[in-house]
Amino acid sequence: MTTTNADPLAIAATGLRKSYGDKTVLDGIDLHVPAGTVFSLLGPNGAGKTTAVGILSTLISADGGQARIAGYDVTAEAQAVRAAIGVTGQFSAVDGLITGEENMLLMADLHHLSRQEGRRVTAALLERFDLTEAAKKPASTYSGGMKRRLDIAMTLVGSPRIIFLDEPTTGLDPRSRHTMWQIIRELVSGGTTVFLTTQYLEEADQLADRIAVLDGGRIVADGSAEQLKRLVPGGHVRLRFSDPEAYEQAATALREATRDDEALTLQIPSDGSQRELRAILDWLDAAGIEADELSVHTPDLDDVFFALTATPVPAQSADKETAR
Amino acid sequence: MSAAGQPFRDNLTMLRRNLLHARRYPSLTLNLLLTPVILLLLFVYVFGDVMSAGINGGHADRAEYVAYLVPGILLLTVSMTSLGTAVSVATDMTEGIMARFRTMAISRASVLIGHVLGSVIQTLMALVLVLGLGLAIGFRPDATPLEWLAAAGLMTLVSLALTWLAVGIGLVSPNPEGASNTGTPLVMLPFLSSAFVPVDAMPGWFRWFAEYQPFSPVIETLRGLLLGSGIGTRNAVLAVAWCVGLTVLGYLWSKARFNREPRR
Repeated sequence: MTTTNADPLAIAATGLRKSYGDKTVLDGIDLHVPAGTVFSLLGPNGAGKTTAVGILSTLISADGGQARIAGYDVTAEAQAVRAAIGVTGQFSAVDGLITGEENMLLMADLHHLSRQEGRRVTAALLERFDLTEAAKKPASTYSGGMKRRLDIAMTLVGSPRIIFLDEPTTGLDPRSRHTMWQIIRELVSGGTTVFLTTQYLEEADQLADRIAVLDGGRIVADGSAEQLKRLVPGGHVRLRFSDPEAYEQAATALREATRDDEALTLQIPSDGSQRELRAILDWLDAAGIEADELSVHTPDLDDVFFALTATPVPAQSADKETAR
Repeated sequence: MSAAGQPFRDNLTMLRRNLLHARRYPSLTLNLLLTPVILLLLFVYVFGDVMSAGINGGHADRAEYVAYLVPGILLLTVSMTSLGTAVSVATDMTEGIMARFRTMAISRASVLIGHVLGSVIQTLMALVLVLGLGLAIGFRPDATPLEWLAAAGLMTLVSLALTWLAVGIGLVSPNPEGASNTGTPLVMLPFLSSAFVPVDAMPGWFRWFAEYQPFSPVIETLRGLLLGSGIGTRNAVLAVAWCVGLTVLGYLWSKARFNREPRR
């Protein structure tokens, strides 16, 4: 091992593999996360995100490859890794039978804080996560958003240097989601390294310094949000018509548009900028075309996947090509 | 790493967690306590005359049967509460917080030790209640303080053994219902022991099983201690050997199961 504990990489993994039976979940992935940054592992359900978090957080062992967290080997120095990390899994890791406050004090005890220090940290974190009012209620009575907040508050009790968040916003309403993003930003500004998994490009875009796209157990792309979006040609303006005649006229006039004859919609490639939109509108006016609905479509995770994984876009675009 | 040096503190923390659970949700333990209580009353007041007549060769004496029965019921109490442990361990394993415990720098065994210590304490409390009921309905032990101490030690030992087994059962069961089913032998064994009738009353082919299975030697030893009828070296040795053996077995089994990688 040439790496030391002073390794500037908070997370360094090479060639991680994991199979369950004959199903390969991780097929050799490399991850490098500098300390103090947010790294997002982006992927659909079943891509292997949770498995990756499980291996990096010492919950499960890899079949192959190596991983060092805060400079410690996840297999040989698991306990040292555990002392450096905090994990908030996909499924609420709170004890539902006891109150929020008791959950926090339990964590304080397990981190071997003094009684006084434990009470102080508990009160501060409950306050910070807006749980003071619910502190004396059993955690099982909490809403999804409150459970998540308690979950993260518990993770923070030991002031971990590296935090794993496995789909922290899945199942949350928009308000709770934005609260969660705010929390994550605060963590990072305090110097913590955050390893985040998500299914949402927007989330990765909002939070992450660096994003890796995981699909079918492999990293299919790696870079900043901007770099990834540049790989994706999916941006377009969509025009929807209710009158088939108007649709035909427009389709004839707009030669570069992609047709969807069944839905009576046309797609015009666009980056969604104000300038391009105005140009399109001016042009539609000039041609005397009036669509019933105009919507701007920006690249989403689907587009990223279709662009990155060479999986043919099912039905839709193929039909459009042959429909003429 | 200070963490690795403090398994004792982790054990206490986990014990506190389990006692908190028990205090908040006492219904499981209380429900399990109902069985030995009902059986005690049923066998004393409904079957008492017939049972004592059968044991005494025709001479019915309910009070004598109370003396015979209570030690057996105490053992049944231990096995019922250990079934509760199996169920609560299985329930706990389905909780998300287990994944958290596994990724923290704590003593892993403390999760299980917390359950065991909590259960043993609950079992001893249950035993005091059942013994109190026994005294109320005419159980008159004549044990010396030393014999009481030995009896308490024996009960602690047997609940430790059954609890560790129960933890293992809870760990291999996919859900609480499964744990309750898998744990059934724990509750059935006292019925196939000398708890209710002497093993002499059983058919010959079965007698050897009833005599040597863990419960009979423990019950006989307990009878000897509480009733001053002499414990008999063979029974005492068998009883302690069973308890120690099952404790070690249950501990190793549980530890191996818990260290096994969690299913996804």
